[in-house]
This record gives sequence, structure tokens and C-alpha cells, in this order.
Amino acid sequence: MTRRRWVPEGTDQDVPNVARVYDCYLGGSHNFAADRELAREAVEMWPDLPLIMRANRAFLRRAVQFLAGEGITRFLDIGSGLPTFGPVHEVARVVQPEARVVYVDIDPVAVQHSRLLVADDPLCAVVEADMRDPAGLLARPAVAELLRPREPVAALLLAVLHFVTDEEDPARIVRELSAALPAGSALALSHGSREGRPDVVEKHEDLYARASAPLTMRTREEIVALFEGFRLLEPGVVYLPEWRPQDPAAVGPHPELFSGLAGVGLKP
Amino acid sequence: MSVPAGGRVDAAAVRFRDSWSRLLRQGHGAAVSPGVLGPLVYRTAELLSRAHGEDPFDPGPAERAGALLVDAQFTDPVVLAHAVELLQQWPAPDDRGPALTGAFAAGWSAALRDRTLREQEAIRRAVDLARREAERALYASEARFRAMFERAAIGIGFADLEGNLLVVNSTLQDMFAATAEDMRGLNVESLVHPEDSSGVWETYHELVQGERENFQCDKPYYRRDGEVIWTHLTVSLIRDEQDTPRYQVAMLEDITDQHRLQERLRHQATHDPLTGLPNRTAFFERLEALFDDPGPGARFGLCSLDLDGFKNINNSLGHEAGDQLLGAVADRLHSGVAPLGHLVARLGGDEFAVLMERSRGPQEGIAVAQRVLGTLAPPFLIGDQQLVVRASMGVVEQPVSATTASAAMRSVDLTLYRAKKEGRGRWTLFDPQRNAVAVSQYAMSVRIPMALDRGEFFLDYQPLCALDDGAMVAVEALVRWRHPELGVLGPDEFIMTAEDSGLIIPLGRWVLLHACEQAARWADRFGDAAPRMNVNLAVRQARNAGLIADIDRILRSSDLDPGRLQLEITESAMLGPRDPALQALHELVGMGVSLTVDDFGTGWSNLAYLRDLPVSGLKIDGSFVSELHASGEDPVGWRIIGGMVSLAHSLGLSVTAEGVETAADAQRLRAIGCDCAQGWYYGRPVRPGEITRRIVEAAGGTRADGEG
Repeated sequence: MTRRRWVPEGTDQDVPNVARVYDCYLGGSHNFAADRELAREAVEMWPDLPLIMRANRAFLRRAVQFLAGEGITRFLDIGSGLPTFGPVHEVARVVQPEARVVYVDIDPVAVQHSRLLVADDPLCAVVEADMRDPAGLLARPAVAELLRPREPVAALLLAVLHFVTDEEDPARIVRELSAALPAGSALALSHGSREGRPDVVEKHEDLYARASAPLTMRTREEIVALFEGFRLLEPGVVYLPEWRPQDPAAVGPHPELFSGLAGVGLKP
Repeated sequence: MSVPAGGRVDAAAVRFRDSWSRLLRQGHGAAVSPGVLGPLVYRTAELLSRAHGEDPFDPGPAERAGALLVDAQFTDPVVLAHAVELLQQWPAPDDRGPALTGAFAAGWSAALRDRTLREQEAIRRAVDLARREAERALYASEARFRAMFERAAIGIGFADLEGNLLVVNSTLQDMFAATAEDMRGLNVESLVHPEDSSGVWETYHELVQGERENFQCDKPYYRRDGEVIWTHLTVSLIRDEQDTPRYQVAMLEDITDQHRLQERLRHQATHDPLTGLPNRTAFFERLEALFDDPGPGARFGLCSLDLDGFKNINNSLGHEAGDQLLGAVADRLHSGVAPLGHLVARLGGDEFAVLMERSRGPQEGIAVAQRVLGTLAPPFLIGDQQLVVRASMGVVEQPVSATTASAAMRSVDLTLYRAKKEGRGRWTLFDPQRNAVAVSQYAMSVRIPMALDRGEFFLDYQPLCALDDGAMVAVEALVRWRHPELGVLGPDEFIMTAEDSGLIIPLGRWVLLHACEQAARWADRFGDAAPRMNVNLAVRQARNAGLIADIDRILRSSDLDPGRLQLEITESAMLGPRDPALQALHELVGMGVSLTVDDFGTGWSNLAYLRDLPVSGLKIDGSFVSELHASGEDPVGWRIIGGMVSLAHSLGLSVTAEGVETAADAQRLRAIGCDCAQGWYYGRPVRPGEITRRIVEAAGGTRADGEG
């Protein structure tokens, strides 16, 4: 997800950083000029982007609270970025006050920021790891600790696999992570798709070529295939607002404009 | 619900609350959990109602409402614009409307500013922590590498691409007996040693130019104290993140002890323990190496020496004295000749040899022989005896291409034998003529059939070039005999014998077959660019009844176009008009083979017969041109050649001059109108692969591949 460079990863403020750009879309100020510039250009080209990002956060909230409601208390948030708006531990604890969360990101700035946020929380940990090396990620003490009791774990791969190129094989990553999860665990996944807005997808990908990680949007089939080995819960892989909306009326007439696809599966 | 004084439900207030709720539930609000959003809507509406209705007017609740929105991340200015609009549309009981809206906006803005600053601080702090973390990791890794670098058992040095040493570890300093200061700034390229393996510096330059990533070799270095250290060297290129070569790192393992041991073992295997000189094995190795890949025109010299009457010394003074004498002789030979770069060896007994790996001519061989005899002239003091020792020497000085290692040894032995026979205490120079006589006395002819069976013959080819443009139009096949005892023999040394014994017939057939096969391969590969093949036909072959059938069969089996074959018949083989063999020559020409007269001008020639012979050309014997050389400018000689050329031309014959050695010869012959030339100037007899190379080169290519 990153290019090789001597400047410590993510600390180069001249390179747009995908986590900080995401924060821009959400109206945050955890970002620098280069991030805001990329976000501005992206929104100019695709004005719905902030809505889509909010819809993704809303999906996170619904999915986490749904899974917490199903009794899951352990969450592994991979590609957690800057968890500024409704971080998983806050969202989950509305339902499961003892919920444990391990945040994982490759970006050391996002990692440091998350550490500041959960510094005093004994049930949370932040790990800097590269998901393209699932074995290395799973071997981190905090992750291993989360998995050790063999209780169900919810793995969250939200808006992160589109930063993995085809050569890096996202299906392999999901497969290797899944193999480590105990039975009854869950996978919540959202992913930028080529559906909905095919007219802007490629230009959007081009824009991200200069960011810390390039974008690879995928088709519905490719995204559904990532759930191999999981039992997809209703309503399957759908546009972000369509996944178990709290208020069906809020979905709106054109969910495809949200472009992002999302789903939740259970490991039998 | 806000109930204004009087308890009446205020319709405007209800309208405001509805609009307010709608505003907060769209956009960002859609992502906010309903459990959070509901209370937020209620609480902010309540605060705004208080600011709107309570007396006296207090802007505080409106400010708090604005701040609460920002806390819930309603940071989009569009939300503020809409909120102001709604507040303005809600008529206030007095003139507090603008103040209320202003207080709300101020509360929102102040909270946003705080939030923005807080978040900027947080993200900068995160960046700072990340950078420090990275630096710590970098430092830790650097410390690990530094420890490894410093404590490594092998010597390590970093240098820039110009070869300037930047940093070296302590092992390397110890290896070079130098301090870090001594070595810093030292240039790698100055660390040459005469025993550097060939190509090591070329390889090094490929590396620093980024053409290779690393290389390994064994390399000696001079230490600062002058000692030599042998190392196993590994050099690697270091590139930066853009893949541009930046530095080189060299790792050196001290293998001096192994090297010494190896040298010691090698020395023992190759040296004579009595005198410390190289032994016969070592001498032969060096001699044979000369023949591996000789440069063009390379010459060498070989001296064989034995002490006159050494047996008597041994017998009369005892073996110990004999050994002392051999040691003393070895010392003198070594100190007399080794400084000239020549190899001195003891071949066994009282037999010594000197190898001159490079020589410029016989006089150099003679000079060495004289020097050797000179060093042995002063008396030797053995015990309390003064001994005068004399030695005989055979000297061979030849082009490397003219012989082989074993033939040279044989020649030098024969020459030493002659030296002894002709009176001791002298040197004798190898004489090819006398050697040839000696060789022919070897009853060579009886060996020819066996040699044919064993494949001891081979062909070299000498170019014949057109004088006008220098193009190689033909090659002459010249037979050689790789004699197992005598080395490589030229045709002069055995053809006469072969003719006398009649063995020229099978030998000639062999030559024709192989020359035709070679010619066919060239024709196959190069078409018209392939040279014509000239093959000598001996008198006896010309008169042989089977000649036509032989040649016909050979042409068929080699699949060679007869037009590409030319037979050279010596003048002495010229037949009179009534000779029955004349019929055979006409038949050959009828087959398409051409004939030429060889060695023209050397024998008795009935020029009139030339007209009746089916020949298409003649070759002027090399002696004509070479004699012009010997006598300097010789207008008469040139006129004779000119006469031969015009005579030949008047008969419609083309003329080839042999023995052409200089550009001036060629120029002169061209002016005379001579057609072709053969001789050293145009190329010596060479292996077929060399001819192939010339064809390719002439065709504009530079590719030189295998023979054929």
C-alpha cells in the first residue's frame, strides 16, 4: 500500500495520505494541505464522495453494533486509519461495554494518532502492520492476544482492500486472515466498486496514483468472491446505505450513487 | 417543547423544531447513530428555544448549541448557513433575533476553531511521534549494523563509486596493518597487485558503472608494512531508492594462510628439492602454456644444457660433491637468467633448461645461451676443490606457430646432441634444414600410412588475394603433419619422401578430399563470397591412372562445384604435348576444374608448351620477389617479373605472385599488372576458422565463430 522511501512512512506531509484524505471527506482537520488538495480535486470531480465516506462510517456503525448484538466482543479493525468519527470501540460499547478492539494500520501516523486516542484504554490496542503480510500481522502480540481465547472475532476490512492491487491478491489476504479466525467469527467488508458510477471511477483511480496508496476499484463479482468461506448475511453484498438500514426510508431512491459495496459474513 | 409565557403552543416554534430536526438529520447527520442524533437534536433545539424566549436575553445557550453541533462533527459550513437561515425565519419576541443568531454562529465558530486547532495539534503530534519512532527504529537498526560492521571477522570497507574509501572496519585495518586515517580517502584503484587475476579490474569497472551488482575473486593486496595479504574479495554495488548506484561495499576474507599452503604444495609438486629450481613438470606446464593461445607472430626460445663430464665428477668426488655442484650451477643459472624473465628448470640429473617465453629472434636465443655459458665459466669451489665446469647447449628459437611443445623439446635435444658431437663447451642453434634431414632419416615414409589412419595430418590454408582490391579470391591448402614425436611438420619435411615412396597418392587423395569438403562448407555458408580452393597436385599424382576417378568421386562426395577447385601443378610436372597424361589434364578441365602452373620460373620450362597446356594461370615462384628484397632496389628483377606477367597475359593466363611480404611489393606488382598475390603480406597459412573469420569480416560482419 506504500512506496518504498527513506522518509518514515506517512510522515511526508507533501504526499497525500489516504487516511488523512478520508478525514478531509468527513470534515475533520487531521490533515495537511496536500491531503486537502487531493480531497478538493476528488470532490470537485465526484461531489458525492463525502456522502459516500459518511455512508461507509454509518455502515461501520451498523455492522459493528449488529455484530456486538450477536454477542461478539472482540474486534479487529484492519486499515483503521484515523478513527476520529465514531471509532469502533465507542460504537461497539454502546452494545457491549466490555468490547475489545485492536486497531491495525500500516500508516505510522495513523497508528500514533490512534494510540493517543486509546492511550488509557486497557481493552484497546493499536498495531502497525502491513495487511499484505497476514502472517506477520497475526503474529503481532496484540492481535495474537485478541485471538487467543478462540472466541469469535469480528474482522473489519472497511474501505481498505481497494488499496490492495490485484498483484497483491486481496483474496489471498482475506483467506489467510480468515484461516486464523475462530469459528463463529465475522467479516465485515466494504469496498469501492466499479458499479454505480462507472463514469468517474477511473479518473478517481488516476487521482490516487499520487497518493500514499493507489486505488483499485473492483466489480461486484470480485467483491462477493472475497467472502469465500464465509456465510454472507442478508442482504448480501449491497450498496452501503442498503445494508440493514435503521430507517429503510433513509436509503433514498439512488443507493447506487454511493458506489461502495458492503457486506457481512459469518465463519461457520 | 418550548412553551412561551401564556401556555399557548407557539406554531412558529413548532415549525422551527421540525426544520431544525430535518436539517440535522441530513448530510453528516445520516452517518450519526440515531442514539446520538436524537438527543442532540432535542438538546440543541432546547438551548435555542431558551435563548429565543427567556427573559432577559442570554446568548449563552445559543453559543452552547453551536458548540454542541461542532462536537458532533457538524463541521460543514453549509450546516451553519442553514441554521442561521432557520433562526432568522423564527421571529423573536423582541429585537434579539440578530444577537441570538450571532451568538449561535459565534459558538459554532469558536468550537470549530478549537476543534480544528486540537485536531491539527493531534495530527502533528502523531506525525512527530511517528517520525521519532522511525528514527528510533533506524537508530536501533543502524546500531545493530554498526556493531556487526565493527565486530565482523571479515574486513569490510565502503567506498564511493570513484573508489575513495569512506569507512573501513577494524578487521580491515588489521588486515592492512593500517589505521582508519591511513585508509580513509585511499582509492581502491590504487590497490593493484601484479598478481591480480586477469579481468578483475574490468569487472570492477563494470560494477562501479552499474553494469553488474557484485563480483567475487581472490585478490592479493600490499599491506602498509609491505607484506602481501591474500584475500577472498566480494564487492557489491549499493543503489539508492531510485536505483541509482551510490556506493560500493567490499568484504575481504583473509586467505593468506590457505594461499601460502596451496603455494607450498604447488611448489613442492613443481620444484626440484635439491636445487629449488622448477622441475620437469613445471617446465613442461609453462612450455605447453605457450602454445595455448599464441599471439600472431609470437616466438619463443628453448635452451637445453648439460654439464660436460658430470658423471666423472660424480664418480671421482662422490655424490655429495656432485649434488653441491648441481646446487651451485642452479644458483648461477638462476641469478644469471631469471632476472631477464626467463624460466630456469632442472629437468633431471645434470640436465637444465631455460625457457624464453618471449623472443624477438634467434639472436636473442643465442644471447641467452652465451650468457648461460658465461655464468658457468668461473670455477666452482666445491669443498676445497676448484672445479672448472663446461656445458653444452642446444638452442631452439622459433615462431610458436611453427612447432609444438613436444616437437620443440625433441628439436632442442637433437640440437644439444649435435652440440656435444661437434665438440663440447659450446652452444648450437637449431637448424630446420638439418633437423629436416634428421627427421627424414627417421624413415618417415613408413609412418605415413599409419599417420593417415590416425588422423595425424591436417590442412592449413593460405589466402590468395586479388591485387587490385585485396579481396581473398582463393586459398591454397597446405598439408601439415602433427607428428607424435617430431611435432608439427610442414610439407617441405615430408612431401618429397611421400613422392619418392608413392605414398603421395593416398596422401594426395586425403588432401584433396579434405580441402574439397572445406571448400564446400565455405561455399555452402558464404556462396560467392567463399574463396576458390587451390590444391597442389604432385607429378606422380598427375600421372596416376586413377586420378580422374578419384577427383570425380571426391567432388561428388563433397558436393563441391568443380569450378571452385584449382589444381596447382609444379613446373617440373609439365608434360610434353605427346605425354599420355595430358589427356587426364584435359579431362579435368572438361570436368570444370581449373589448372595452374606452380613454382613458375624455377625449373626447365618449355614456354611454347604453355600454349598447348589446358592451364588457366601460373604462379611466379616466391624466390623472385624475395630475391628482390635481398638485393634492394633491383630494376632487372622487376623487369623479369614484368616479362613473365606480360607473357602470361599474352597467353590468356592469370598470374599470381608468391612470396609477397610487404605493401611495397604489392604496390609494385599491381603496377606491373600482376593479378593476384600470395605471401605473408596477405596472410600466412592459418587454421580454417581464421579464413572463415576473414570471409565474415570481408562481408562486413565481425562475427567469428567455429571452423567451417
